[in-house]
Amino acid sequence: MGLVSSGKAPKPLQHLLNYSRKYSLWMLQWGLACCAIEMGAALAGPRYDVMRLGVIPFPASPRQADLIVISGTVTDKMAPAIKRLYEQMPDPKYVISMGSCANCGGPYWDSYSVTKGVDQIIPVDVYVPGCPPRPEAFIQGIVLLQQRIMSEDPAERWRGVTREPIVVG
Amino acid sequence: MTTTDLPSPGDLPEIAVDPAAFRHLADAQVAVELDTGDMVLNIGPQHPATHGTLRLVVRLDGERVVSADPVIGYMHRGYEKLTEFRTYPQITTLINRIDWLSSFANEVPFIAAAEHLMGIEAPPRAQYLRTILTELSRIATFVLFLGEMGLQVGAITPAFYGFRDREYVLNLIEAVTGGRFHPNFNRIGGIKDDLPWGWISECKSVMQKVLASCDEFDDLVVGNPIFQKRTRSIGIIPQELGAAYGVSGSNLRASGVDWDLRRDGPDYLVYNDLDWKVWTHPDGDSFSRYWVRLQETRESARMVLQMLEQLPSGPLMAKVPRIIKVPEGEVFVNTENPLGEMGYYVISKGATGPFRTKIRSASFSNVSLLPWLLRGVYVPDIVTILASLYFILGDIDR
Repeated sequence: MGLVSSGKAPKPLQHLLNYSRKYSLWMLQWGLACCAIEMGAALAGPRYDVMRLGVIPFPASPRQADLIVISGTVTDKMAPAIKRLYEQMPDPKYVISMGSCANCGGPYWDSYSVTKGVDQIIPVDVYVPGCPPRPEAFIQGIVLLQQRIMSEDPAERWRGVTREPIVVG
Repeated sequence: MTTTDLPSPGDLPEIAVDPAAFRHLADAQVAVELDTGDMVLNIGPQHPATHGTLRLVVRLDGERVVSADPVIGYMHRGYEKLTEFRTYPQITTLINRIDWLSSFANEVPFIAAAEHLMGIEAPPRAQYLRTILTELSRIATFVLFLGEMGLQVGAITPAFYGFRDREYVLNLIEAVTGGRFHPNFNRIGGIKDDLPWGWISECKSVMQKVLASCDEFDDLVVGNPIFQKRTRSIGIIPQELGAAYGVSGSNLRASGVDWDLRRDGPDYLVYNDLDWKVWTHPDGDSFSRYWVRLQETRESARMVLQMLEQLPSGPLMAKVPRIIKVPEGEVFVNTENPLGEMGYYVISKGATGPFRTKIRSASFSNVSLLPWLLRGVYVPDIVTILASLYFILGDIDR
């Protein structure tokens, strides 16, 4: 991928790469709390069915995943495990923080055992607010992430360029 | 400190426990013929079979479990401490999220505790609406279980059926309360709003759908020989041992103990006005736990249909002061939640929030049996047993 990482890939090739990355997001589900059920409804529920957007929700390992969804309350005991599995994912990788707890601590803003926001441990690309967010909101987050993937230069992640996170809603 | 008198909680049938009789036979079965040394398998803390963040450290001899050690606390959010810093109306927001599958049922015992201390009783229509919504959340919980249990033994189809029916019930709950998951609809002294227009006929048709889909689960899962092979005589909980560990709810009823707080407990909600049956199964294995929950789903749907027929009219709120201050005293209220017995021990010192709250949640006791239950089983059966016990991590760790 020397051509891409140097940023000299021709535009059509970049378009093709982005297009294929966008519709084959392998998603590592990190279902923690209430939001995990809404995420499950979005994944397995016949009403929502996120697979039609090209999101494949069952990678065997974080090493095969492009996207991690943190859905639920992150506690201080859980945080090291999240960081470790995030680091096992290959670049380019994306993070969706689903629900108020993962965004900022939510109703447990003054709890002694809750990490106030998963963005303290890993960088977040999309914030989905709600307690818990509806499956539609989660799907909206995925669609917005796909739009960003389509518009970005594949090399910018490797060059360490960071963009403003997306907030759904 | 004054102690408020309560009607005594429902007594568990008297069961004598003889520990020697229950030394697990599996100890002998883990043979030393082929000494391969133990392997430690770490399941979790994030694993689909654990419904969240339970971690199991399992020592294996070949394919057999020598010992299993549940490690909990990955979802500990400090509810009991947080309740000391919230007012009573704020706490219902929090306790919705303890057992997130059946949020409405969580609110009921806490609100009942506060009402008991204040000497308020909700009007009959509010009691009926509470009971209807509790039973709806029970159906929503069990329907998901009925699908997910199939998923855990390798059949992915029932999971879609489960989520489909859950959406119907969640739509009903959303129409009344405005929230799919966390209604936060109970108020001290009653309930927030009345039913929307046309809800009752909608609810009746959904209950018919639920009853029909229970028949589907009967055909699809219970009658399936592979499912029976995977679950029959796997993970047997003897009733004496289950009672000694504090296992409650459908898990205990599946072991043949005829005990349901809705019937045997102190008089709460309107269960005494209804004609219903407590289902038990003598076997105590994973299959019977599935079977009991299937029957209870049907029973709940029938109860909702009954209540819709005899729904009284009247006010929804009793007279309650604008700023809720609960008089000094302590009280313990326990109710039958979908996962088992849930209780709140509330100590009030006369302020706007409780002085101390102790939460007794069902899954914590249900899971405490795991080291005993998993000893000697095969690795694939771990998943079956975990699925059939049906716990929620928020309910364990609180």
